[in-house]
Amino acid sequence: MEKEIKKQCDRCFRFDNSKIIWLGIVIVVGILSACSRPIWNSPYPSEDASKNILYNAFAERPKHLDPVQSYSSNEILLTAQIYQPPLQYHYLKRPFTLIPQTTHGMPLVKYIDEIGNESHAEKDITNIAYSIYEISIKPDIRYQPHPAFARNDQGNLRYHALTQKETESIFKLSDFTALGSRELLAEDYAYQIKRLAHPKLHSPIFGLMSEYIVGLKEYAETLRKIADTLPKDTHLDLRDFPLEGVEIVDASTYRIKIKGKYPQFIYWLAMPFFAPIPWEAERFYSQPGLAEKNITLDWYPVGTGAYMLVENDPNRIMVLERNPYFQGEYYPADGMPEDEESGLLADAGKPLPFIDRVIFSREKENIPRWNKFLQGYYDASGIGSDSFDQAVQLTSHGEATVTEEMQQQGIRLETAVAASTYYMGFNMLDPVVGGRTDQEKAAARKLRQAISIAVDYEEYVSIFANGRGIPAQGPIPPGIMGYREGKEGMNDIVHQWIDGRIKRRSIEEAKKLLAEAGYPDGIDIKTGAPLVLYFDATSRSADDKSILDWMRKQFKKINIQLVVRSTDYNRFQDKMRKGNAQIFEWGWNADYPDPENFFFLLYGPQSKAGNHSGNNAANYDNPEYNQLFERMEKMDNGPERQAIIDQMVEILRYDAPWLWGYHPKDYALYHAWFQNVKPNKMSYNNMKYLRINAELRERKQSEWNQPVLWPIGLAVIILMLSLLPGFIAYRQKERKTEAKQLVG
Amino acid sequence: MLNYIIRRICYAIPILIGVNLITFVLFFMVNTPDDMARMHLGVKYVTDDAIEKWKQDRGYDKPLIYNQTAEGFSKLTQTIFFEKSVAMFVFDFGQADDGRDISHEIKSRMVPSLAIALPVFLLGIWVYISLALMMVFFRMTYIDFWGVVLCVALMSISSLFYIIGGQFLISKIWHLVPISGYGTGLDASKFLLLPVVIGVISSIGANTRWYRTIFLEEMNKEYVRTARAKGLPESTVLFKHVLKNALIPILTGAVVTIPLLFLGSLIAESFFGIPGLGSYTIEAINSQDFAIVRAMVFIGSFLYIIGLILTDISYTLVDPRIRLM
Repeated sequence: MEKEIKKQCDRCFRFDNSKIIWLGIVIVVGILSACSRPIWNSPYPSEDASKNILYNAFAERPKHLDPVQSYSSNEILLTAQIYQPPLQYHYLKRPFTLIPQTTHGMPLVKYIDEIGNESHAEKDITNIAYSIYEISIKPDIRYQPHPAFARNDQGNLRYHALTQKETESIFKLSDFTALGSRELLAEDYAYQIKRLAHPKLHSPIFGLMSEYIVGLKEYAETLRKIADTLPKDTHLDLRDFPLEGVEIVDASTYRIKIKGKYPQFIYWLAMPFFAPIPWEAERFYSQPGLAEKNITLDWYPVGTGAYMLVENDPNRIMVLERNPYFQGEYYPADGMPEDEESGLLADAGKPLPFIDRVIFSREKENIPRWNKFLQGYYDASGIGSDSFDQAVQLTSHGEATVTEEMQQQGIRLETAVAASTYYMGFNMLDPVVGGRTDQEKAAARKLRQAISIAVDYEEYVSIFANGRGIPAQGPIPPGIMGYREGKEGMNDIVHQWIDGRIKRRSIEEAKKLLAEAGYPDGIDIKTGAPLVLYFDATSRSADDKSILDWMRKQFKKINIQLVVRSTDYNRFQDKMRKGNAQIFEWGWNADYPDPENFFFLLYGPQSKAGNHSGNNAANYDNPEYNQLFERMEKMDNGPERQAIIDQMVEILRYDAPWLWGYHPKDYALYHAWFQNVKPNKMSYNNMKYLRINAELRERKQSEWNQPVLWPIGLAVIILMLSLLPGFIAYRQKERKTEAKQLVG
Repeated sequence: MLNYIIRRICYAIPILIGVNLITFVLFFMVNTPDDMARMHLGVKYVTDDAIEKWKQDRGYDKPLIYNQTAEGFSKLTQTIFFEKSVAMFVFDFGQADDGRDISHEIKSRMVPSLAIALPVFLLGIWVYISLALMMVFFRMTYIDFWGVVLCVALMSISSLFYIIGGQFLISKIWHLVPISGYGTGLDASKFLLLPVVIGVISSIGANTRWYRTIFLEEMNKEYVRTARAKGLPESTVLFKHVLKNALIPILTGAVVTIPLLFLGSLIAESFFGIPGLGSYTIEAINSQDFAIVRAMVFIGSFLYIIGLILTDISYTLVDPRIRLM
């Protein structure tokens, strides 16, 4: 009887358990199916969905936002939106064209001789002792709202004499409640030029600019001496120290005095190094107790640009917001012929900027960044090699276009050749690849020419860059003055023109040159030993092994053994400075669109070995080339300059101090709602021109990101089912123990 | 106990000096102050003069460990090692080479790191111990057998796979939570859900097996036999007796890691976009910022020592027979 009751109870118990489980399943499924479906996976607040915000990602945190120190492209992406140097590049015109940004017209350039008389013979550069750039800024340009400008009722600057108690309650810039602004003055530009020489700021272009701006080097010495006499961290008000090379004519005009003629200086005037800095900002940030909280000019910029930085958490997010005082700039009404057709002139004449906020979120890894772009949470994306095939396909004409999957999402591809070059250089100080005597030099030239033919950069670009690059014919990339296309621009040492196309010369021709160099079939005729060359490469990831293997294979084509000497970047640079490398790989991103910025990489006095600040890593020194460079760098653009450039390029091709490598081509993807995009690899202040269709974005995000809820129900069911046998077994075991107890 | 703690803290000083010295030597074997200057000034137009000024301004213009030109004790004190190390012992980490305050940075990064690490730690311990107890409870049955098989399978998979797989399935395909990101306050919860779940799951295999081993060892002891002989239910034996007695090995493994939770996780934080401390050291090594590297190594060693002391103290709490002298 007792057993019977127990069995019944067991059944009851089992019935109850299963009933509860099924009830649970029904409830969970019911809840999940009854749920309304807002987007769950959006990383942004739901109230921002329809706002006029541009969402972007960044991988590396910026180090400096002070325009006197900032030089990396990831920093300029921010500073260029905030600060306004006097000039900027036209957004649509190509080749890159400088236009005024805060100035009345372009700077007036006056040349004077040693005794101070104006020289009208611009072409006779020997007579020019100084160039004077006179810059007049437009009125009514105002700084962003900032506590540095806030004034109290008495008209004094409110936050310029903070007490220790006041500083203690401040943790971030937004803790300062009062804000102010003021008009941009010429003295702000002059102040920034003086900051290039500030002993505490270490501007990366101070060395270069001190060669040109009159008195800048001496000014740095003066400031250093003064700073040494003052207690540490004392604020140096640079208004008290005049700089010979900078003159403030009146409130809106200033002059910069340059040694000799340096036409490239005008390009520097489009970079944040020459943006205005108000003295109030520097003084405000120099107060004790603020730097410890990272409240510095390097962290919170103060500018007149279209945007201001309102949130700076570079580990997570950086937010730019429309500067309420920005006015007077309009979308360009002219561009290139194709711009009209592609809708880039639809906003012509409309006031800038179009976007209210720009949010940069930090994404260190490619995978989440790419997936968030596909979900519509980033408006644009680069293309990593792992997602290239998913994103891009080649048409039958060899043109790159987006895949069908991307097309369905309305994603479009924009490409642009960067003003950069990646090359493989020969150290001309090396006896084998550079040569010492005239005879050796001639042989080494033939060796370099042979290698230039053998290393197939068309193949390299196709394999390792997914076709994103143009094999280089010389040092100048497309888009830079002096570049020539087609047959005219072909390097006939390495290529030949066949059937209207550029084709690399045959390996037989390379082998012939190698034999003429004294290495028939890769054997040194003097020693009878195989020719072994050394490639100094920086340590790279395991993924790059295939590149190094490929490189060995290229040399092997002409029976040269290539030994890769892998090292870290510090040691590599050390070797380069000492001139100990034989063959190396490097690259260069242009600072400005002038051929001088590429040709100087092979200018003799710029040799790296023995001159640590030089950029001529190949230590190439050809007197004829040097002479032409000195003429070319000081010339204005025109046919005469083009003729000299052509001559220089021919010399370089013949001497082959570099394997010309390739000019990278940037591919970027944009969603359908992202408008007015024209890639511009020279200027960075482009956010003011961009436009977002937030309504379309919200609709697409909702369409693409509906939560899939059945997996939650399934997970609950699986969990319950997996626990059930355990639970039953547990009950059985417990009952067994109880039974044993009863028996006991 | 107080004497014991003071003594242990005193022992920590030479350890911290030693760790600091090793870090210093290793760092400067790879990077010279000139390399550091070049890294910060850029390689394009940097001059020797600019490098010298940078070093002078940052205090890297002195000899590394021994100053031959100085007199007496200054031979040791007027060096980069001494000048950069002393302040750390009062937790003054100074400025990074880009001018940012390191203490401020550590404080602001510590919270996001803890926001993941603490839930993973607490939830993890609960899950691992529960599963281990379950497997012990059903030892010698198919549940135990397949549980161990599953654990071995789970521990054989790389943690990166869990992260990428989890992001792909839960965020990309099912659209249930954001793939990556971080918010402040309650907004952070939707970003933390996935990394916490993945953090717990990715360690289930190894930890559950570890705890199972501990519990099984306890199960063979005499007091368990006595408890069973007294007729106590198996659940009481496990949860009341075995769990309590297994606490010492559990604490050994767990308490020591508590202080290190502040330091975060490199891979998880990187993939989930959590602005924590996990990658701070790696970023500093890549940017050759010795100030950050030495600060983080110092904090890591300090927290580890604290963890060991806490472990010792926790022993006294779970086992009254242990006395710290």
